[in-house]
Amino acid sequence: MTLRSPLGRARGLGSAKEGTHHWWMQRVTAVALVPLMILLVGFLPVAAAAGYNGFLQLMQDPITATVLTLAVIAGLYHMKLGLQVVIEDYVHHEGAKTILLVLSALGASTIGAVSLVSIFMLAL
Amino acid sequence: MAASKQRPLSPHLQIYRPQLTSVLSIFHRLTGVALSGGTLLLAWWLVAGAIGPDAYAIFEAFCTSWIGWVLLAGFSYALMYHMCNGIRHLFWDGGFGLELKDAYVSGYVVVVASVVLTALVWGVGLGIGGEG
Repeated sequence: MTLRSPLGRARGLGSAKEGTHHWWMQRVTAVALVPLMILLVGFLPVAAAAGYNGFLQLMQDPITATVLTLAVIAGLYHMKLGLQVVIEDYVHHEGAKTILLVLSALGASTIGAVSLVSIFMLAL
Repeated sequence: MAASKQRPLSPHLQIYRPQLTSVLSIFHRLTGVALSGGTLLLAWWLVAGAIGPDAYAIFEAFCTSWIGWVLLAGFSYALMYHMCNGIRHLFWDGGFGLELKDAYVSGYVVVVASVVLTALVWGVGLGIGGEG
């Protein structure tokens, strides 16, 4: 016997209203990041050895720009979700927890925006 | 309100002997947090490139300083470890390798693979750098 209403069971979200979304997105971004990080780690030494002019040339390749864009978005989303779990596990003061959660989300967004704008400036 | 008498507590982390599985699990979190700091380095690199040659030169000078080398070495190892152990986690999520023996085998594989991959990245990277 269950005390949940038929509508509540159909929605399957409980009182937090988000269900398994966090857990699932952590896995989806993880799967995406495996090939993206392999490509990034392959690209970094090449770009580092190329000097500034070589770097500019590499960054004008649309495939490079696309891979870096995906890596930044998936990586920082994954980071935001991961930091959230760490903060929720270890910071027990309600105020400090809320502030850190907001700061980590804003930090991830800012690093992401700055990185993406730079990638686009270099690609165009 | 203070407890009126000392009640028994359930055993916590410091009671248990560290095991490979628990150490790797903690290290996964640790490298995850460290990699969050590493994103600043990556963002700095892209921003410096977009600003111009002077800003890029400052970034290059930082990366080739001793603290830069230490950070890059740590960043690359943390990334390889977090990726290898993350793949181990994905297998667990799929229901594979959950037996204790398998968890130890995959744990040792992660330790070896993360070191080998980091060495490979630096070997190839320095090889390219030497040519250029």
